[in-house]
Amino acid sequence: MHPNLEPIILSRTGTMIAHKSLKIIVTFTLALALLPFNAFAKADPQAEESEEFNPTDMIMHHIGDSHGWHFFGEGDSSFTLPLPVILFTDNGVVTFMSSEFHHDTEGQYVVEKDGMRFVNYHEDIYKLDAAAESVEFDEKHNVINASKPWDFSITKNVAAMLLTVILMLVFFFGLAGHHKKNKNAPAGFNNILETLVLFVRDEIAKPQIGEKKYMKFMPFLLTVFFFIWITNLLGLLPGAANVTGNIAVTVSLGLFTLALILINGNKDFWKHTLWMPGIPTFVKPILAVVEVLGLIIKPVALMIRLFANITAGHIIILSLIGLIFILESAGVAGISVPFALFITILELLVAFLQAFIFTMLSALFIGMAVAEHEHH
Amino acid sequence: MDLITPEIGLLFWQTIVFLILMLILAKFAWKPILGAVRTREESINEALASAEDARKEMQNLKADNEKLLQQARAERDEILKEARQLKEKMIAEAEGEAQKKADTIVAKAKESIEMEKRAAMADIKNQVATLSIEIAEKVIGKELSTEEKQHQMIDKMLNDATLN
Repeated sequence: MHPNLEPIILSRTGTMIAHKSLKIIVTFTLALALLPFNAFAKADPQAEESEEFNPTDMIMHHIGDSHGWHFFGEGDSSFTLPLPVILFTDNGVVTFMSSEFHHDTEGQYVVEKDGMRFVNYHEDIYKLDAAAESVEFDEKHNVINASKPWDFSITKNVAAMLLTVILMLVFFFGLAGHHKKNKNAPAGFNNILETLVLFVRDEIAKPQIGEKKYMKFMPFLLTVFFFIWITNLLGLLPGAANVTGNIAVTVSLGLFTLALILINGNKDFWKHTLWMPGIPTFVKPILAVVEVLGLIIKPVALMIRLFANITAGHIIILSLIGLIFILESAGVAGISVPFALFITILELLVAFLQAFIFTMLSALFIGMAVAEHEHH
Repeated sequence: MDLITPEIGLLFWQTIVFLILMLILAKFAWKPILGAVRTREESINEALASAEDARKEMQNLKADNEKLLQQARAERDEILKEARQLKEKMIAEAEGEAQKKADTIVAKAKESIEMEKRAAMADIKNQVATLSIEIAEKVIGKELSTEEKQHQMIDKMLNDATLN
């Protein structure tokens, strides 16, 4: 039933974009309240028979990754952007488009490629054993009649991430192009971009890393700041992916910070981490353990903070919309839609804040690793 | 697809894509942008510094002008003062000389008046003497026209003479 929510989310966020006029919101919520709930429910005859509305599934579906980019509709009539599935199996690489699963995520529809048979079960792709017709699990939810190939598919999140990449390339090549042509300050959108670049330089990099060494880390800080911010904002659009709210993405970003700390940590930093000067010798190994743990915990905290904040925002909005279906009354929309709108606007702030915090703390940790101590 | 289990595929793509994005942007965007911004900031700072210099120079010039003006004013005052003194001196000198001359003139005038007076007096004396003699001649002539009268006269004179 959850795909029925799509039009609502579409319209809701659409309203948000044009949120200047309160009138629109009022009209919209009134219209929603007046619509019979049946109109939504009846559009979905197949799903109707099998299950009742499960908010957890709906929310998990929306914040999770998937092999196709689903916009609206249900089953074969849905509007889904097919994305390439790339699998590393024991017998080599297999690629096909996600549309070959025919929108099946219950492990029913079998795709045959290169003599191997694949099913999509809750967006995990399994290679079925020779005799198996559909994927089966034991009590501990371990798969019994299939194996899991390495999945390097261009999923919805990867596609959304590539969209961010394209936007960033367009934006900043534009700004760089301006600077190549003329010496004066840019105007309009380029000026906004430059202001943000300077914000990262003057408010994040310089104070945290120091005047001498900040230039070396500017590419990372700028890229990570704009990547997170733009991705966060895109994630608020209707039908968009939850990229920065995906743990794999934040793990990757956190690893970059960790790598930069490890590579650029100077002698002083390692000395203070592994063999802290100025304390009794027997404490030193204990402190070394604590320091090394801290070293790892820092990027872990970064990755969890970003992931949790963005995912939480999405969950709140989806829960508010889900209330309409839990309580089975379109009238609830009159309350939950304005609330969701409020949260969405709040998320605009969070989008910037999280990008800022991630960049700020990365710069702080790097700054600690490269700091010159004049001491003891 | 579990919420908190990182998927290897997405992790892989994210890392690769982010790394490539960072390298491309670093070379073709961040470097020229930051370079241009820095150049511009430097030129702005330079412009500000030179403006400050110009302002200072202006101030110096102004101060110099003020000094010159003051000097000129002082000089003018000095000259005026001197002129005034000179004028007063000249006036005083002129007055003194005039006084002297006037005194001399007055003295000479007095002298000549005195002389004239004396001459006049002498002249008057002469005339009075002459007149007296004439009168005396006439009176004597008339008095002594008769013998009797001559005797009377002689008597009187003799009387007088005895009295003396």
